[in-house]
Amino acid sequence: MKKDIILQISVRSIRLNFLRSLLAAIGIVIGVVAISSMGMMGANMTMSVTEELSAMANVLVVKPDSGGGGGGMMGGGGSSSDDDYIDKDQFDDIERAAGKYGNVYPLYQESDTIKIGDEERRATIYGMRDEDMATILTVANGTLPQTSNAVVVGPTFAENNDLTIGSRITIGDEDDEEAIIQKVRVVGILEEKGMSMDLNSDNAIIMTEKAYTGLYGGEGEYDQVNVILYDIDDADTATEAIEDQLNRKEDEVQVQDSSRMMESITSTVSTLTTFVMAIAGISLLVAATSIFNVMMMSVTERIREIGILRSIGTRKSEVLRMFIYEAVILGLVGAIIGAIMSVILGWLVVLAMVGTTKYFFTFASLIYVPVSMAIGIVICIVSGVYPAWRAANLDPIEALRSD
Amino acid sequence: MNRSSDGRTMTTVPVIEMADVSKIYPLPSGDVLALDHLSIRIERGEFVAIMGPSGSGKSTLLNQIGGLDVPTSGILRITGRNIRKMSDDSLTDLRLNTIGYIFQKFNLIPLLSAYENVEYPYILKHRCNDTTGRVSKLLADVGINKRMAKHKPAELSGGQQQRVAIARALINDPDILLCDEPTGNLDTKTGAQIMAMLTALHDQGRTVIIVTHDPSIGAQAERTIRIKDGKVES
Ligand SMILES: Nc1ncnc2c1ncn2[C@@H]1O[C@H](COP(=O)(O)OP(=O)(O)OP(=O)(O)O)[C@@H](O)[C@H]1O
Ligand SMILES: [Mg+2]
Repeated sequence: MKKDIILQISVRSIRLNFLRSLLAAIGIVIGVVAISSMGMMGANMTMSVTEELSAMANVLVVKPDSGGGGGGMMGGGGSSSDDDYIDKDQFDDIERAAGKYGNVYPLYQESDTIKIGDEERRATIYGMRDEDMATILTVANGTLPQTSNAVVVGPTFAENNDLTIGSRITIGDEDDEEAIIQKVRVVGILEEKGMSMDLNSDNAIIMTEKAYTGLYGGEGEYDQVNVILYDIDDADTATEAIEDQLNRKEDEVQVQDSSRMMESITSTVSTLTTFVMAIAGISLLVAATSIFNVMMMSVTERIREIGILRSIGTRKSEVLRMFIYEAVILGLVGAIIGAIMSVILGWLVVLAMVGTTKYFFTFASLIYVPVSMAIGIVICIVSGVYPAWRAANLDPIEALRSD
Repeated sequence: MNRSSDGRTMTTVPVIEMADVSKIYPLPSGDVLALDHLSIRIERGEFVAIMGPSGSGKSTLLNQIGGLDVPTSGILRITGRNIRKMSDDSLTDLRLNTIGYIFQKFNLIPLLSAYENVEYPYILKHRCNDTTGRVSKLLADVGINKRMAKHKPAELSGGQQQRVAIARALINDPDILLCDEPTGNLDTKTGAQIMAMLTALHDQGRTVIIVTHDPSIGAQAERTIRIKDGKVES
């Protein structure tokens, strides 16, 4: 079989009605480009968000359980679990449970009014034990605080407030007569750490435990306890260990596993991607309509020709094939042009929406090109089936009589 | 894979055998009885003219004989095969292998050149291009030169188109040639040339059945079947 005459006729019919066929193919081009560039955008966004998040995914944050689990017990003389802090005993329990999985450290946290020069504003203030500062914090400039009137600040905080080593900060609201006012001096500026769940040091003031409790009281009443895991795979085991230790009778603490948060963020991104792709899919529906329309026109215009073909010995299945070929060719041409354009356009969309194209040429991203091509071609075939079936089942005599 | 035919049937079997054949077209306005209990027998090698007034059922009769349509009742055998018992594909293959059509409106495939039009049934049957030179020979026989053979039907005159149609009808060496008003769209001179060709084909031993209004054309046939209101008159 050197030459498929049926295919030849399909190709010629498309060439004869070039403009009309082109318009139909453009619908497919648009659909393929829309779906694949949206898919690629989603994949690239997921990958870049995942990378950003995984840097902070090795942290467990333990907070006091303030949840309304026992709402009816409000009046009942406070068991320790109703407190909104983690006490020393609980901290020891956490350390015992999770110490082998990671570095456990407690943290005091407060938001307070501060004054730098003449300017008042609010700031996040952390209190940390000396030994934790040494392990957790990295100073870019200066030293860690040793005394109660020395603090370190994060790099963002320093920049926003024009702070350098030796700058002075007044902590506490001077207008509030009950507030304790403490004047401190910046002795160190931290290295940039990036977003993190346990300690957002970039935009905060950090002081010693002693300085903090001197200001706000509550020694041994930590706001949270963080576990920096040695191995991210231990997140679930460590979480269970802590919960077994502290939540045996009632929920004393809540453990927030950042890897779970990461999962939920990536799943949100992928839900969003699916949604956007579905919207893009509507464009393929429009394309399907135009292919269907063109195919129906082709059948209607060629009724007489179909009658001739049938009368001189062309089988129904061959007529069917002739029109399916036509749809497939339209789909193939549209899908190939669409694929080329979606690599270009997808790259631009990813650059604009995600901000980086470093994941663009990965499997998870480029897979959307063949996938959307396949969808486009399938759509073409599906919309061509009915017109082709109509053509094949025309009564040859009726078809010959038509003009 | 090859759709070549069953081979020639024995000469004792008539090419067309119709017994009590009726064709009814059901229409919303009432059924049309286009063929009314017709019985006709046509032997191999005959040259038959079917004549009758407009609307008498000549084309309907030819369509039944050609396997393009199936009678509502009665028995119709084409080269011995009962066509009411054949599947659509076998009927299609019958049209491809056993019957050659020549229509009033030529009915060439507009997308194909004259050469390709003639070659088309050959490809359907043999599943390959003609390498035997048969297409070219047939085109030469009907007076279409190589240059004209490259033209699309729309670029040919009516007479040229009908010549191509005759070549196409002959390509698979059919048992029966069916012609429905083959000269109806042609001037007298061209019509006479076409008739001369058909007569020559009959002289070579082919069965030729021709539908016509024109008594002078009917007179060239060996036998005339007259139809009126779907019945045989004589
Ligand atoms: N497909 C059809 N549907 C309904 N009625 C039809 C159909 N084909 C033919 N008829 C009717 O059957 C009758 C015979 O028609 P037919 O075409 O066979 O006549 P004819 O003898 O060939 O006429 P003409 O000389 O004008 O070609 C007519 O009354 C016609 O209206
Ligand atoms: Mg007629």
